[in-house]
Amino acid sequence: MEVPAKKAKKRKQNVSYGKWGYIFILPFFLTFLIFQLIPLISTVYYSFFEYYRDGLTVVGPNFVGLENYKTLLASDMPKYMGNTVIMWLIGFIPQIIVSLVLAAWFTDTRLRIKGKQFFKVVIYMPNLIMASAFAMLFFALFSDNGPVNSALMSMGLIQEPIRFFSSVLGTRGLVGLMNFLMWFGNTTILLMAAVMGISQSLFEAAELDGCNHRQIFFKITLPMIRPILVYVLITSMIGGIQMFDVPQILTNGKGSPNRSTTSIIMLLNNHLYSKNYGMAGALSVILFIICAILCIAVYFTLNKDDGNGYTKKKKGGKRK
Amino acid sequence: MKKRMKKIASLFLAATMVLSLAACGSSEKESGGDESAQEESGSESTEEGKVLNIWCWNDEFQSRFNDYYPEVKEIADDKSTTTLNDGTVVKWTINPNENNNYQNKLDEALLNQESADADDKIDIFLIEADYALKYVDSEYTVDVVNDIGLTEDDMADQYQYTKDIVTDSNGAIKGTTWQATPGLFAYRRSIAKDVLGTDDPDEVQAALSDWDKFNAVAEQASAKGYKMLSGYDDSYRTFSNNVSAPWVDGTKVVVDANLMNWVDQTKEFTDKGYNNKTSLWDDGWAADQGPDGDVFGFFYSTWGINFTLLGNSLADPDGEQAVGNGIYGDYAVCEGPEPYYWGGTWICAAAGTDNTATVKDVMEKLTCDSDIMKQITLDTQDYTNNKTAMNAIAEDPEFGSDFLGGQNHIALFAEAAEKIDMSNAGKYDQGCNEKFQAAFKDYFDGSVDIDTAKANFETAIMELYPNLTEVVWP
Repeated sequence: MEVPAKKAKKRKQNVSYGKWGYIFILPFFLTFLIFQLIPLISTVYYSFFEYYRDGLTVVGPNFVGLENYKTLLASDMPKYMGNTVIMWLIGFIPQIIVSLVLAAWFTDTRLRIKGKQFFKVVIYMPNLIMASAFAMLFFALFSDNGPVNSALMSMGLIQEPIRFFSSVLGTRGLVGLMNFLMWFGNTTILLMAAVMGISQSLFEAAELDGCNHRQIFFKITLPMIRPILVYVLITSMIGGIQMFDVPQILTNGKGSPNRSTTSIIMLLNNHLYSKNYGMAGALSVILFIICAILCIAVYFTLNKDDGNGYTKKKKGGKRK
Repeated sequence: MKKRMKKIASLFLAATMVLSLAACGSSEKESGGDESAQEESGSESTEEGKVLNIWCWNDEFQSRFNDYYPEVKEIADDKSTTTLNDGTVVKWTINPNENNNYQNKLDEALLNQESADADDKIDIFLIEADYALKYVDSEYTVDVVNDIGLTEDDMADQYQYTKDIVTDSNGAIKGTTWQATPGLFAYRRSIAKDVLGTDDPDEVQAALSDWDKFNAVAEQASAKGYKMLSGYDDSYRTFSNNVSAPWVDGTKVVVDANLMNWVDQTKEFTDKGYNNKTSLWDDGWAADQGPDGDVFGFFYSTWGINFTLLGNSLADPDGEQAVGNGIYGDYAVCEGPEPYYWGGTWICAAAGTDNTATVKDVMEKLTCDSDIMKQITLDTQDYTNNKTAMNAIAEDPEFGSDFLGGQNHIALFAEAAEKIDMSNAGKYDQGCNEKFQAAFKDYFDGSVDIDTAKANFETAIMELYPNLTEVVWP
């Protein structure tokens, strides 16, 4: 009895398929190493140095400790953080509301909307356009003598052209509008998938109990898709922090008026444009930390939600 | 298994650390080596390279080269290359100028110049007045007299200021240009007639000869329903060229009092409705120069009149450039309140070029040959950098520009060109000018007060030039 067991063990030791696993994942780790990890580490490294270009002369790198971080935090970086959050909120609030409503309508068995597939494609369309091209389009549409102003003037709604890009509200609003248009389709599809994952029997039971649409939405749909909602919120927040191409192209890199549409990544871009690697590195590190915190938050919220589901069930049982 | 994993993981981590350190080390070396890299640049290679790399930011020089350089044999369909008679291929690299883009790309390429293959090395690159010193005062450009071989005599007919601006701190001339760019005020004849009762350049000039008179005419024009200027930046150059000191003193940015005069004037014009609130180069600004425009005039220098204004004035851009197409013929020029220059393009030979003889020939033919220079002016109405040729045209009673209603604008340019003073140019000019205009645009728009605009300029300029430490206001 012992002998074949030993043999089998030996054979197992000789024939190891483990290495193939490593070989197969090697390309990923190599690309990760070369294109992500090394640049990441050198970014952190250079954030402690004074390192920029004055004309064609390279200054540094001279070790300055935390000087870059101090300068950054003392400058108006918080303002740009605020800009980013405001512009993100202007886009995100309508985005989540519209997406929720659309997802509820499209999945409602009683409404039976026709051409769902068609609408899904249409609302996803804006996301297929490159953000920069979309921004160029909006820049042309809303310029002082662009088609939007001409249309409004010929309709007699306004006398003077509205100078969208000269007002804080106008520019921020357009950035928000574009982010909304680009992303609400994507969110709708995510939320629809979540709603369709809810057992149909729950809806049927609710209907039998005499729930109306609103009650079904708030009492059943919303609580059941909460984990996906949190996921949407956090991914959108991370996307929001990295907001760059839309305001950059829309304001021609100026973040005007009054630097109120300068997002945090545009600030990073400004530093990189002057080849200020030290300062840009420090800013990147700060951003990295913020994003990391958000990622950890996602991870825990999602996991905790599963846990909560279990405990709730158990507790519910006990309470009764 | 677990142990093995740990081992692999630790090896992996160690490897990344070593590699990243190595990466940092090598990049340091690179940056340190730059200065020594250029030392051998002066030594001439006897063998000519087969490829002549030219870097520029628009197709202006490209078209001059293709049209007027005698050695051109054929031009590629997409214009990306030009072949010369001796078989040398000219490769054009064009990067748009805005937001420092051209300079950044060029800097990158110049820093790698030494390690580049002979055929990839930049041979010629173009620079503008606003940042000329940055390149001129570096080892990346070579002396056109001692290294390239142009003589002082060759360049004797060029305007002095065009040589001053590309003279480095040791007195070596590092570039040369085919154009001089004195600025004038281009006004609409029809509007001038309506407002001032005359469209004669001399009389209009008399009415605009200083800023007080200029402002008075603005008021008159406004009363008739016209705008004096199109936007905020139109008169900027006339102020910024007449400052008392360069932009930067050591690490201090010194804002000149004359620039604040520009701010005051523009704010007044904006609040009183004397302008259309446009910005340079935007589509509203371009439209104002066209048939539907209601703007009295534009500050433009030489290239602006034949290159930009003419194009914008046509109703049908593809149609014939003649009276009847849009407002062709309705413009005229006068000197305006103050002399100034705007723009200008210099040809520099890059250190490390392997085409010295070709570079010399290009420079000689396109910037020193008075026949070619004269022909360029006659054909394109551009103002070329040759006093003899220009004065000949200026005195020629036959010469006149149809676009300017028959006026001989070269005569005015010839006068203005002599007055140009480049002594306050510096290497930070482009960034300072751009950021200054951008910061005060918000103020003119009314979205911020003047102190915020000042603070925004300070932030922007220190972001752009990390070595500058403070901004001093007048």
